[in-house]
Amino acid sequence: MTLPILVENFLQSLMAGLLVGAIYGLMCVGLALIFGVMRVINFAQGDFMMLGMYAAYFLFTAFGVQPLFGNIFGPYVAAFLAAPILFGVGYFVHQFLISRVSGTRTAQLEGEGHYAQLILTLGIALILQNAGQMIFGSMVVSVRTPLSSTAWIIGPLWGDFVEIFVNKARAIAALVSILVIAGLVLIIGGTRLGKALRASADDPIAATYIGVDVNFAHRIAFALGTSITALAGGLLAPNYPFHPFVGLEYVIIMYAGVVLGGLGSIIGAFWGGMTIGIVQQMSALVLPTQLQNSAIFVFFLLIVLLRPQGLFGRVTERT
Amino acid sequence: MRLRTVLPLVMLAAAYAVISLLVTNSYYQLMMTLVLVWASFGLAWNLFSGYTGLISFGHAVFFGLGAYFTALGQIYFDLTPWLLIPVAALVGGAAGLLIGALTFRLRSHYFALAMLAYPLAILNVFMWLGYQELTIPMKHKDAVAYMQFTDGRVYTLLAIVMTLAIVILSQAVERSRFGMALIAIKQNEAAAEAAGINTLAWKLRAITLSGAVTGAIGAFYVMVLLVVTPESVFGMLVSAQALTVTMFGGVGTVWGPLIGAAILIPTGQILQAKLGAQFPGIEGVIYGLAIVIVILAAPEGIFWRVRDKMRKRTGGTALAESGAVSIPAAIEPASTSVPRNDGEIILSVRNLSKSFGGLKAVQNVSFDVQRGSILGIIGPNGAGKTTLFNLLNGFQHPDAGEVLLDGRNVFGESPHRLCAAGVGRTFQVMRPFARLSVADNVVIGAYIRAADDAEARAHAADAIARVGLTGAANRIASELTTKELRLMELARALAGAPRLLLLDETLAGLGANEAAEVVTVLRALAKQGITIVIIEHTMHTMVRLVDRFVVLDHGAVLVEDTPQAITRDNRVIEAYLGTKWSAHA
Repeated sequence: MTLPILVENFLQSLMAGLLVGAIYGLMCVGLALIFGVMRVINFAQGDFMMLGMYAAYFLFTAFGVQPLFGNIFGPYVAAFLAAPILFGVGYFVHQFLISRVSGTRTAQLEGEGHYAQLILTLGIALILQNAGQMIFGSMVVSVRTPLSSTAWIIGPLWGDFVEIFVNKARAIAALVSILVIAGLVLIIGGTRLGKALRASADDPIAATYIGVDVNFAHRIAFALGTSITALAGGLLAPNYPFHPFVGLEYVIIMYAGVVLGGLGSIIGAFWGGMTIGIVQQMSALVLPTQLQNSAIFVFFLLIVLLRPQGLFGRVTERT
Repeated sequence: MRLRTVLPLVMLAAAYAVISLLVTNSYYQLMMTLVLVWASFGLAWNLFSGYTGLISFGHAVFFGLGAYFTALGQIYFDLTPWLLIPVAALVGGAAGLLIGALTFRLRSHYFALAMLAYPLAILNVFMWLGYQELTIPMKHKDAVAYMQFTDGRVYTLLAIVMTLAIVILSQAVERSRFGMALIAIKQNEAAAEAAGINTLAWKLRAITLSGAVTGAIGAFYVMVLLVVTPESVFGMLVSAQALTVTMFGGVGTVWGPLIGAAILIPTGQILQAKLGAQFPGIEGVIYGLAIVIVILAAPEGIFWRVRDKMRKRTGGTALAESGAVSIPAAIEPASTSVPRNDGEIILSVRNLSKSFGGLKAVQNVSFDVQRGSILGIIGPNGAGKTTLFNLLNGFQHPDAGEVLLDGRNVFGESPHRLCAAGVGRTFQVMRPFARLSVADNVVIGAYIRAADDAEARAHAADAIARVGLTGAANRIASELTTKELRLMELARALAGAPRLLLLDETLAGLGANEAAEVVTVLRALAKQGITIVIIEHTMHTMVRLVDRFVVLDHGAVLVEDTPQAITRDNRVIEAYLGTKWSAHA
């Protein structure tokens, strides 16, 4: 193998990592919002994403998005339409299920209600996966757009060599992800709702005393987190074929990203997801495909063991 | 272990054995075995996560290692599983020790989620090695020697023995100092350290034991199914299975995993068999719904829900049985004869300093404490009082200075070692072990100086008597008043036979009469020769209690003097109330 080919492979993997990492980042941000505000470990997050993918798929194919917006814009419109639907799903799941074992209610429960939350979300995940199988079937589907099989070409950068292919669908998805996160950061940093969310995250009881409706803040955080992850799913759908059990694969990536970034940090979660994407794609250069996911987990463990508060987390231990 | 607790278990096991022998359908035979396999796995998980409160999402790593070890040992070396299963336990234990040593630096959620990564990282390695599906070679000649039985009921009987052994092991742990240490860690790791428990060592023992048991179960599982795939032993759903059966049934008790597995495994299997073929997915939906509904009704698991209900009905008689400790009246208080104020210095602090970044929390603090005296530490909020205590009992490492306990330098030693050296401590924020009785709460503090459980019980009973809580010894902590809780915490510290007691706002939140009662107890303790250093805000009470005061302000000693002198000192008034007031004083 000659040097230019090595360089090309390297840059190609890096580009793929950056693009897929941006979408992973968006997924992670959705989860981090839920965890950061509520401190609830939600194992159904991957399955909410799966719902987001199917919502985008059906909006695109069966509910008129494709004929109306065409094959180029259609998938993205569908993804953005899927987000509010999943916002509603998240809202009601919190109202009827999650809120009963979380928030201010559970302070006196063993382990602050974490046991109940874990098993409840595991139960919800089971229901969603299997109901998905009943309704959608176990066939693998994908949102078809010409963008997912075409690419922009950067280069040649080195004489006649080193050309980088940038998949159009992935590039657009990555760009949209970054814009959405920027918007979210503005909302959380600057609006009254954002302040309520941050206050509830910081100290739920103190937030109650200053008049924040903590349960409502939790509900919004849960719904918003669900819809953001679902949007990420919708953006992923043109490039990654999916099935009702796809959530299991992604929920682990999401948690790895969120922990890497430092639990509770939104921006940290984005960089955590980005890191996972880059490690996953770059590891393909040196490792067999089957070991790509092992590389993620080993890298994840190394980072977390060396920096227990995550890449972007702060040390907050109180006596 | 008492016969009374083992007998019902043995009878339960015998009943299960009889039922399993009556089952001839091989599908149901397998199900009866699997119930026990998953119950055992839940028990093994509970042994670590249930008692320490550190949730592990990665117990599949031990399960899978045990399973693959046994499969590979048979395929490549033709060894018998009768030998491989015990060795698989050693493999699981070693993995537990290694993973614990690496991962215990992480706390709560970080720990739980990091554990998730171990089995998944290994899963892919086994895939890559080409072990997608291993089949155990069939032995037609020496089938029994290779744990291969044509009659599925033999596996059920083996599983019964295994489960019973794990239940008895769990109960032995639960009732020993091992279990008490783990429960103390679960409630408050810092307080456990202060009570003389080497938390890291106990956590390592717990995960090693749990990993060993899990490894053996994984190995047995392979022999039941005779085939193994990475996903079926390392997969996320395997780790989740341990959590699910335990949390469904109830965490922190042997009954939890048993109840959980007995309900969930047959439900899942039968649903799959009856409905799965016609309507794929519906079995999972019903199963998931069942979990959701039950957990909303019983968020802490079925066992605790039922027990709390029964206790309410019987009005608390259920627990009297568990804590029927007869209080040995003959035990003498630790040291009755030490005279007060003989001038001997027990604690000498020299130039102790600690900074957090730019904040000098404690700077150049020096003072001496005489044996048997009561020293009061006062100062405005943020003066560094609690930080000083944290330095003295080892929670925080001092930057500079010297701490002499009975003339021995104990600068920077860890909390459990300081506790063993005779430094006891209570906390500003009370952390009782809510579900335990007063006696059980206190016994945790007694293990530091007790050779065995009986001796620890005796020390605990003695400590309870000294704070006047004997009448409440069998009540559970969540029923106590603030005063009783404060006294109980005091008793827990006393049970370790400290020579020096550090009390952090022991009188906070008490009414005047209650405070007076606690003060009486403290005076009596000082008379018995225990030296007390107390942080407190209510000057009124303090003036009557202490022999000397150290006043801290901005991390430094402002004054050290007798109560009479302190109350007239302008600097003290100024520090508390500001310059304006000191002019009027």
